Amino acid sequence: MNDTASVGPLEGIKVLEYTGEIAPWAGKILAELGAEVIRLEPLDGSHTRWYEPFLADTPHPEKSLFFWHYNLRKRSLALDINSESGKKIFLKLISDVDVLLEDQTPGHMLELGLDYPQLAAVNSDLIHAAVTPFGQNGPRSKDPAIDLTILAGAGPAWSCGYDDHKLPPVRGGGGQGYHTASHWAVIGILTAIIARKELGKGQYIDVNAHAASNVSTEAASYSWLVAEQTVQRQTGRHAGVRPSSPTQVKAADGRWINSGVPARQGKDFQKTYDWLAEAGLLEEFPEAPLLQLGATRDGFLNLGAISSGEDPEGAEIFAAGRAAMVLLIESLSAYEYFTGAQQRGFQCGIIYSPEEVVQDVHFIDRGFPLEIHHPELNQSFIYPGVPYKFLGSPCEIKRRPPLLGEHTVEVLREIGYTPENIEVFQSENILG
Amino acid sequence: MEALKNLRICDFTGQLAGAGATRHLAAFGAEVIRIEDPVNEGRWDILRGNAPFVDDRRGIELGGAFNNHNVEKKAITLNLRTDEGKEILRSLVEKSDVVSENFSSGVMDRLGFGYEALKKLRQDIIYVSNSGFGASGPYQPYKTWGPIVQAVSGLTFSSGLPDQPSAGWGYSFMDHTGGYYMCISILAALIYRSSTGNGQWVDLACTEAAATLTGPSILDWSANKRPTRRDGEPNSNRNAWPKMAPHGIFPTNSLDTWISLACRNDDDWTQLRALIDDPAGFDSNYDTLEGRYAHQNSLEELVSSWTLVNSQTELASRLTSLGIPNAPVRDPQQRIDQDENTADWGLWPTVEHTQMGSVRVDGLPVHLSETDWNLERGAGCLGEHNDEVYGELLGFSSTKLKDLKSQGII
Repeated sequence: MNDTASVGPLEGIKVLEYTGEIAPWAGKILAELGAEVIRLEPLDGSHTRWYEPFLADTPHPEKSLFFWHYNLRKRSLALDINSESGKKIFLKLISDVDVLLEDQTPGHMLELGLDYPQLAAVNSDLIHAAVTPFGQNGPRSKDPAIDLTILAGAGPAWSCGYDDHKLPPVRGGGGQGYHTASHWAVIGILTAIIARKELGKGQYIDVNAHAASNVSTEAASYSWLVAEQTVQRQTGRHAGVRPSSPTQVKAADGRWINSGVPARQGKDFQKTYDWLAEAGLLEEFPEAPLLQLGATRDGFLNLGAISSGEDPEGAEIFAAGRAAMVLLIESLSAYEYFTGAQQRGFQCGIIYSPEEVVQDVHFIDRGFPLEIHHPELNQSFIYPGVPYKFLGSPCEIKRRPPLLGEHTVEVLREIGYTPENIEVFQSENILG
Repeated sequence: MEALKNLRICDFTGQLAGAGATRHLAAFGAEVIRIEDPVNEGRWDILRGNAPFVDDRRGIELGGAFNNHNVEKKAITLNLRTDEGKEILRSLVEKSDVVSENFSSGVMDRLGFGYEALKKLRQDIIYVSNSGFGASGPYQPYKTWGPIVQAVSGLTFSSGLPDQPSAGWGYSFMDHTGGYYMCISILAALIYRSSTGNGQWVDLACTEAAATLTGPSILDWSANKRPTRRDGEPNSNRNAWPKMAPHGIFPTNSLDTWISLACRNDDDWTQLRALIDDPAGFDSNYDTLEGRYAHQNSLEELVSSWTLVNSQTELASRLTSLGIPNAPVRDPQQRIDQDENTADWGLWPTVEHTQMGSVRVDGLPVHLSETDWNLERGAGCLGEHNDEVYGELLGFSSTKLKDLKSQGII
């Protein structure tokens, strides 16, 4: 590999992916880490090739931007797995790969005659990861579920929404219930690859999407587990057992800032005062002397003493710090405030929309936006890039997502079928 | 067999984004040695000693979140301001496979333990740093925690209702998820080392991990010049990719008690329509997915007027019996104590903490048939494993241990 691109830390690991919509994200991550991922599709293609949005809003199985995102760097093998020959090919593939990643309804692999015991008989080293909404054997394992119902039923939605509880709880956007399950699938698979060395064989991994979101809700879970306390949702900030102050403020340009925590120690009050002066806002801020008073305080203000009334002067100083922060945000553009505050050591964030992230100077500097060329369209598009820099084994593969069945013949040749074998399969209409 | 029993991690992580990563490796049997500063009693991790608490006792050893994120780890103290403390750390690094940390970017370098220094101690060391903005770029020095990562990465924006500010995530979703990416980083680097003998530095940026989770929106902008920041967007309780309608969270007959439901296709709708059984409210537009999608406002009103007069339990049971995707918006008690699915999975194991006693914690949502996880031991108290790690692993005599303690080094 001396004169070609570095593939990534999982170079040499082969994955067969037989997924619908829950776990292709796990396959995408494995491919991004350098694994060779073959996505098995039915002859007419994965139904996710028909998911919006489409390039130029033209529905077409090769133009789904959704499919593109989830299948970057994978190869596509189109096969009728319900046919006898299709099953034989599947088993031959299984004998060649390290990992099977699937998200079929519990029982489906058994119906096909391709459940784990039968696959392990062909390849004892196989790691079979099955991602489902509720796990393989649980009491609700066959209930219908989608990203929305996972995030609602497993906790996240309870904590997300607005101070006004007449508005419904909110499901966070972007398919995060499926993503969380997929992240766990990857953790399970990589753990099993490491264990295989000593164990001398592969194993079966049951990944439960509902459980994955259940253990990814931070204080909502442990406040109940530890103290039987219940958090309540609040606008744009942590759901809490007790209400907290708002943190989202609209800047002068109409975009929003997550303001983080206001000044609490002497030097921060001084910095806030100086910033008001620089921005020409001192005259609009009659509480400015309180900031100067705050600057003379040693250490951090004790928020406990402030809320209990023991430190009334501290309370006024703290309130002035918060008011100064709001005035600065409302007087500056969101970007000016974000960078100005961070440069002064205040933790805060600009609330970017997704497309603004890949246009931001920092992410461009790090090479995060990834330009991928689609030769048959003669166009290039910006994808989100790789979130970790493996400095000793970077992922430099830029293969665009596969066309339907693009690699069918190539993969069959790799696992030992002759052109004559393949012609026979083609005459049986089991390849695409 | 424990999957990761031969793995030793010299762990500087804290909070959730870092500590939440190495806990999973500990659950699979890795020896995670967590290093804390004896001078400030490990308070760099603000969760140490903070709520929730199991009873009326308060103190640095009694933080409930800290316990949750540090189960099965060994806790040692080491004063890295002293030369001797640094020397001891060097010995520990020589015996470790991985060094993990989630300080602000640059802190390890200033301590004298950046990647180049670590590599001199052990050629094949794996060093994984997890920070908000990564180890390069103009925002490298910027500080973050979960909500800031979510704001800057587009996740906060992507969660909300029209004509409202962002709802965002009501918790540090990206501390959990950043932890998962850190876990993946460590495991992938170990696999690479196993096949090549090479260690490396993995520079993980949580904001970038988060920004990968909005891919179709980024592509819609790149390919179609359509920004997510536009009127009427986002409405994240609805679903445009793929289109479904109705698709949302609806009120029930009890205060602040909600149910989510969706019709994926005409079959689901036919079933729901029969269940609602309100011919006066139906519109022929609803007969097709495109029609339902285009008329979601009136459709949602129709569904709401039906859910509002029914109980959450009754709705869930009737919808499920017809195969329509649904779930109550479960509160913590419902999903932890009253959900047979999480109980059956063993999702809330009880660990023993030296001072807190028996406490339930988050389990893992995967079961491995041959090398499954196990959580029994709570987080370590400050220096709880000093004797074990310094005595057994590094071979210090009891006299030396006593000296180090009296000098405030451990």
